[in-house]
Amino acid sequence: MDTQQSDARPVLEGPDIARVLTRIAHEIVERAKGAEDVVLLGIPTRGVFLAQRLAVKLEQITERKVPVGSLDITMYRDDLRMQPPRALARTEIPGDGIDGRLVVLVDDVLFSGRTIRAALDALNDIGRPRAVQLAVLVDRGHRELPIRADYVGKNLPTSLRETVKVLLAEEDGRDTVLLGAKQPAQ
Amino acid sequence: MSKILIRGAKVLGGEPQDVLIDGATIAAVGRDLPADGAEIVEAGGKVLLPGLVDLHTHLREPGREDSETVLTGTRAAASGGYTAVFAMANTFPVADTAGVVEQVWRLGKEHGYCDVRPIGAVTVGLEGHKLAELGAMHESAAGVTVFSDDGKCVHDAVIMRRALEYVKAFDGVVAQHAQEPRLTEGAEMNEGVVSAELGLGGWPAVAEESIIARDVLLAEHVGSRVHICHLSTAGSVEIVRWAKSRGIRVTAEVTPHHLLLTDELVRTYDPVYKVNPPLRTERDVTALREALADGTIDIVATDHAPHPHEDKDCEWAAAAMGMVGLETALSVVQETMVDTGLLDWAGVADRMSFQPARIGRAEGHGRPVSAGEPANLTLVDTAYRGSVDPAGFASRSRNTPYEGRELPGRVTHTWLRGKATLVDGKLT
Amino acid sequence: MQRHLISAADLTRDDAVLILDTAEEMARVADRPIKKLPTLRGRTVVNLFFEDSTRTRISFEAAEKRLSADVINFSAKGSSVSKGESLKDTAQTLEAMGVDAVVIRHGASGAPYRLATSGWIDAHVINAGDGTHQHPTQALLDAFTMRRRLVGRDAGLGQDLAGRRITIVGDVLHSRVARSNVDLLHTLGAGVTLVAPPTLLPVGIDTWPCEVSYDLDRTLPKSDAVMMLRVQRERMNAAFFPTEREYSRRYGLDGDRMARMPEHAIVMHPGPMVRGMEITAEVADSDRCTVIEQVANGVSIRMAVLYLLLGGAEFAAKNAPAVTPARTTEEK
Repeated sequence: MDTQQSDARPVLEGPDIARVLTRIAHEIVERAKGAEDVVLLGIPTRGVFLAQRLAVKLEQITERKVPVGSLDITMYRDDLRMQPPRALARTEIPGDGIDGRLVVLVDDVLFSGRTIRAALDALNDIGRPRAVQLAVLVDRGHRELPIRADYVGKNLPTSLRETVKVLLAEEDGRDTVLLGAKQPAQ
Repeated sequence: MSKILIRGAKVLGGEPQDVLIDGATIAAVGRDLPADGAEIVEAGGKVLLPGLVDLHTHLREPGREDSETVLTGTRAAASGGYTAVFAMANTFPVADTAGVVEQVWRLGKEHGYCDVRPIGAVTVGLEGHKLAELGAMHESAAGVTVFSDDGKCVHDAVIMRRALEYVKAFDGVVAQHAQEPRLTEGAEMNEGVVSAELGLGGWPAVAEESIIARDVLLAEHVGSRVHICHLSTAGSVEIVRWAKSRGIRVTAEVTPHHLLLTDELVRTYDPVYKVNPPLRTERDVTALREALADGTIDIVATDHAPHPHEDKDCEWAAAAMGMVGLETALSVVQETMVDTGLLDWAGVADRMSFQPARIGRAEGHGRPVSAGEPANLTLVDTAYRGSVDPAGFASRSRNTPYEGRELPGRVTHTWLRGKATLVDGKLT
Repeated sequence: MQRHLISAADLTRDDAVLILDTAEEMARVADRPIKKLPTLRGRTVVNLFFEDSTRTRISFEAAEKRLSADVINFSAKGSSVSKGESLKDTAQTLEAMGVDAVVIRHGASGAPYRLATSGWIDAHVINAGDGTHQHPTQALLDAFTMRRRLVGRDAGLGQDLAGRRITIVGDVLHSRVARSNVDLLHTLGAGVTLVAPPTLLPVGIDTWPCEVSYDLDRTLPKSDAVMMLRVQRERMNAAFFPTEREYSRRYGLDGDRMARMPEHAIVMHPGPMVRGMEITAEVADSDRCTVIEQVANGVSIRMAVLYLLLGGAEFAAKNAPAVTPARTTEEK
């Protein structure tokens, strides 16, 4: 509903996004010492596409297949009762599971941290990873929980009166990150 | 005795006239009658009718005084413009002996709001097996003339035949509750499109029609009168029409609710619409109105059936059947028959006073509004429109299907043999 | 979605597809080591059963527990209900204990509707079968089973049952399952044919959005799914049909009849089956028969319904917004 903000300006364009994902992939390989046990789990909707893109890049670097899946956190949200019921998205855990693996959660924007809190809870019910890390395309600040990202595409200082919108080709037809003013509630 | 002058009343809906009551009798009807010291009631164009007569009322006393008593029931009757009601026999104990009918009759007389004519049970305990002492009830102080197992059908053809024959000896009449019992086992509502959807046990029209068909043939065979209670289907109308055309002495009644409501209302599962016989379809409603207009159906009878709140504030299956009706009957008849042009006020007087009194042999009731007749009268403000508020009912029960519904007409005055029982809408 | 689930007829096509899609996600929880979601933590659901139905009750109970709801089971047997306490009093007693939802099974048609609309209680009401009226979660789990088998587990997402031909056979007159299925399958675009002896079809059925046939053999080759309804032996005594043998000869599903169905067609049954009456053991135990799947799917469907009714915020019934997308950027 807010994709058509007239005053939104791009802060990352398609090539920038590709570049930061490549960088993040390299960082993962570096920090995970070859990324042999990495499992990428994207948080729907756009985190899943980012996870898939990262997987491709990791495979190019390591020449190994990297398991990638999705983790829907809807039913673990802490604000379920403040909204009408939400449609569920897919949770797809790769065949070998996550036990003993390094799970890298992938999302498009890191904001309050509540989504990631929910994701950690959800992981808890699915298995016991060796470690969990977090990769995000944009960190816009304003954390409400003690959570930080391990891999950040771009730190974007914002005010609470602003919105950050990530558009990805798979879902939106083009790659861009828009920063705009918050629309008054309808 | 005191005199009352009703000024400017449309007698049976005609031109405004004055009506002078002297004691228990109508002294004069005419234009510009002198006041002559009489108490004046300005009718201001309201319609004056003979006191209404209900051939089918449940007063519940003895036995279910939590839902109605003779006092509260007759007060409700006076509020609705009635001066005589026939009290059904399905009380506890059943009105199947001279003792019970005399008790009910005496209570009515003591309270004085309206004449109570008890109906005697046809069979002992309404069980359908053994004739009650019909003659004894007739000879009692109550002078019973109408016999009915209402609530249950006299389903045994032989018992019905004997009852029809037996009451001829004292000009009585059997009022049949036409409901074939086997066809209505587990029945909860009219069988048709709505019952199929709602999954409620179907109550087929044929269960009523087959009994009516049998009973008019029996009445013809033994040369008796028979009265059909609360006729509710288009098919029943056809059978009664046919029987009358053959000269069979059959009379029939329709309730106000069957003239107005349909089984579509049951979609709410609100037991206020649960009634026996059940609400039928639009087609039936139309046929019933036409039959009442053309005289195939002789009378309107309320089947006033009070029930305590808890018997209706529950799920459909657990609820009691029946609706209160005395205080809304005339309004519903105005809505469905008068305001639609099917019947004029003289016709209403006929269907709600003259004919029921004639069928029940209620002496002194259902008489013309003319000099020398008993002053049983009711005055109706036909221009009124208002929504039904059960909180204002005189009846002890509130199970009306019309709550909140806007209906025309309001009874303002009722006189029983010259004594006012209702003045300006308030019971005396 | 509305506040309550009383009748399958109240569901729009989009409501129904949303429930089926949600159930598809819920089904995946069953494959996880911890078959539990925290979604309804702190919500209390009472299973108010005035009729014995162990199958339906444990299905709801499993669904409620997988969503972490607090569950109270209330069986009318041996309770104050049998001592004459009314539905109203029972419901109000339960609500006074802070119940958020009532799952009700009742022998009287309309009892759940009455509970939801009479103003007796504020809780959500879910109909778990009322008299011969409705059993909406059964219809949903049946539709879910059909969609999985006939359209596909993933291919079915977002899809309805347009163009599928479903045959329902047996005691339609006394069946809430048949009523719910006709309503829901019609909403989902399927063509329904009811097959029964005329005595077991209600008067007034002609207005239902389905076909009616007395001839099973002619209907079978044109069916993508055949649902056999239970026929109680007591019906024989009420003259609905002459003998058990005659009934199963004319309307029972045996191996020969199953062979007339298209290759892909499935056999369904809401259970409990009366083997030898409406279905032979051979058919009941074949892989075309989905009875066991239906039971498993029942838990997923009931989880979906509970989540969609109870998972979100309370809104005034009239201005409840439609379901929102899973996430919007604003909430990150």
